[in-house]
Amino acid sequence: MKKNAYIIADNIISPLGFTSVENFDKLKSMQTGVKRWETSALSSEPVCAAVIESKQLFAEFSKLKLDKTFTRLEQLLILSISDTLKQNPSVDIKSPKTLIVLSTTKGNIDLLSEEEKGKFDKNRLFLWETGNIIASHFNNPNQTIIVSNACISGVLAIILGKRLLEEDTYDTIIVSGADLMTHFVVSGFQSFKAVSNEVCKPYDVSRDGISLGEACGTVVLTNNEKLISGSEKILVKSGSSSNDANHISGPSRTGDGLILAIEKTLQEASLKSSDIDYISGHGTATLYNDEMESQAITGTGLQNVPMNSLKSYFGHTLGAAGIVESIIGIHSMKNNTLIGTYNYKEPGVTKPLNIIKETKTARVNNCLKTAAGFGGCNAAVLFIKE
Amino acid sequence: MEETNYISVFCKIREGKVNLNHSIIYTEEQKEADPGMFFKSVYKHFQFNYPKFYKMDKLSQLAFIASELLLKDNKVTEKYNKEDIAIVISNRSSSLESDTEHQKTISDTENNIPSPAVFVYTLPNILVGEIAIRNLIKGENSFFIFDKFDAQFTSTYINSLLNSGKANCVIAGWVDYYEGNYDAFLYTAERTPGVIGAEHTAEQLNNLYK
Repeated sequence: MKKNAYIIADNIISPLGFTSVENFDKLKSMQTGVKRWETSALSSEPVCAAVIESKQLFAEFSKLKLDKTFTRLEQLLILSISDTLKQNPSVDIKSPKTLIVLSTTKGNIDLLSEEEKGKFDKNRLFLWETGNIIASHFNNPNQTIIVSNACISGVLAIILGKRLLEEDTYDTIIVSGADLMTHFVVSGFQSFKAVSNEVCKPYDVSRDGISLGEACGTVVLTNNEKLISGSEKILVKSGSSSNDANHISGPSRTGDGLILAIEKTLQEASLKSSDIDYISGHGTATLYNDEMESQAITGTGLQNVPMNSLKSYFGHTLGAAGIVESIIGIHSMKNNTLIGTYNYKEPGVTKPLNIIKETKTARVNNCLKTAAGFGGCNAAVLFIKE
Repeated sequence: MEETNYISVFCKIREGKVNLNHSIIYTEEQKEADPGMFFKSVYKHFQFNYPKFYKMDKLSQLAFIASELLLKDNKVTEKYNKEDIAIVISNRSSSLESDTEHQKTISDTENNIPSPAVFVYTLPNILVGEIAIRNLIKGENSFFIFDKFDAQFTSTYINSLLNSGKANCVIAGWVDYYEGNYDAFLYTAERTPGVIGAEHTAEQLNNLYK
């Protein structure tokens, strides 16, 4: 029989805090981590983004008292994973039954820049080397699996973890995702004219582009019931990915790819759209993405389900997004609280959606997280509170 | 009960040679310093009529020619629903070739400006998107990074997709391009044996890949 995958610990590192609880509390009171930055390290012109203060990262990382030097991305991953291990000391990261899965789009891409060039070995640019560094730091005996699938990487990594836990090979999978805020990424999205001059406005009538962000998120998944503590269990119930087969840098206008991923996810869970309590959308606040989502959400009969986007809090954190946003969904279930969408004022998509404006309490027994990305990819994952 | 899945057809592009199944079907006449010239000569030789090819970065071009040869030989889009065909590919160097190209536009602003046509290729899964668009394939997508082709993980994960019914056919393999080195090995995994008929195991994959 297939085994269940439960989430037993989680961490978020973002400009809003270094734990999931700190981040969730900030979102509850609708405080954003996105602000205006004027630094040539990111862009030649001012840019709105969510950036972790280097001073704060240094202070937190110094507490670990490590001898070796690590890149900014590695520091985030080590801090984030360490926090989840503290939460659940019975997790044995050194066990051959524990696997680490990393989700990132650009990894240590800052090392390509003129400022960072030569500070680390050239191998450090390869994503598999990030996997080696993390595994060796934690003495994990398995080869780390790296998922790099644009903006659905985080959701995909959680789905992969769930699927691998259905079999007996592993009993614990640590899924961690991170991406940095760099000139590389900012200039790329600017070249697409996709970056808003303000904090982004998901699903809003005046939305005009994304805000980028930097974050790291970690979830620990297990199929070993003995590792689960507390009365409530969070189950990774089902998940699926798909491709629009439409355009490499634009979503399908009909939302058919995302519809397929959502349908397969509901089908696997044997649930109907009316059973869903909450949708954590992708909501990048570009014209095309949010419009595509409105088509897909309506196309799957989910238009009345309370939905939000967290991009106006964290920015678009690329490879971290699916994990960070799933964790907020998990805490929404645990606290029976739905987070309002910061900066959402007036509906601005063709098919009306039930966008949550202000944070409120509600019964939240499940959460459907969706994502879409360059290359035409889409994904959905469903979490259930037991 | 364990079900049997098969490697039905494969295509390998390496060192100026194109292999389809066990035959060499094209060889580079003289070694080009730029492998992009070789990819173009393959494209022309087999008369793939797809002008978008010329807009792709070299990583996607390599994936494209390998996938065209594979899917011309094994017309999976005629056999299966397009929603039931998955694409699972991995590589070593992610999109570092295009990353370096994009980085130049930041470091050398006098001669370059960041271009969306380059930036979009700074993600390795774009090559999966290119294959999906060309063939209108809509199933599961995944892109993984390993330091070398990992037959064990690849076979385990793809067998789980096939056995759980999440896919009826998987276009799978390895496509890597960086600093003039390239290596493509694409195959189809199905529940029927096909031309090759090798069982879809790590051992068989390693045999065919090497």
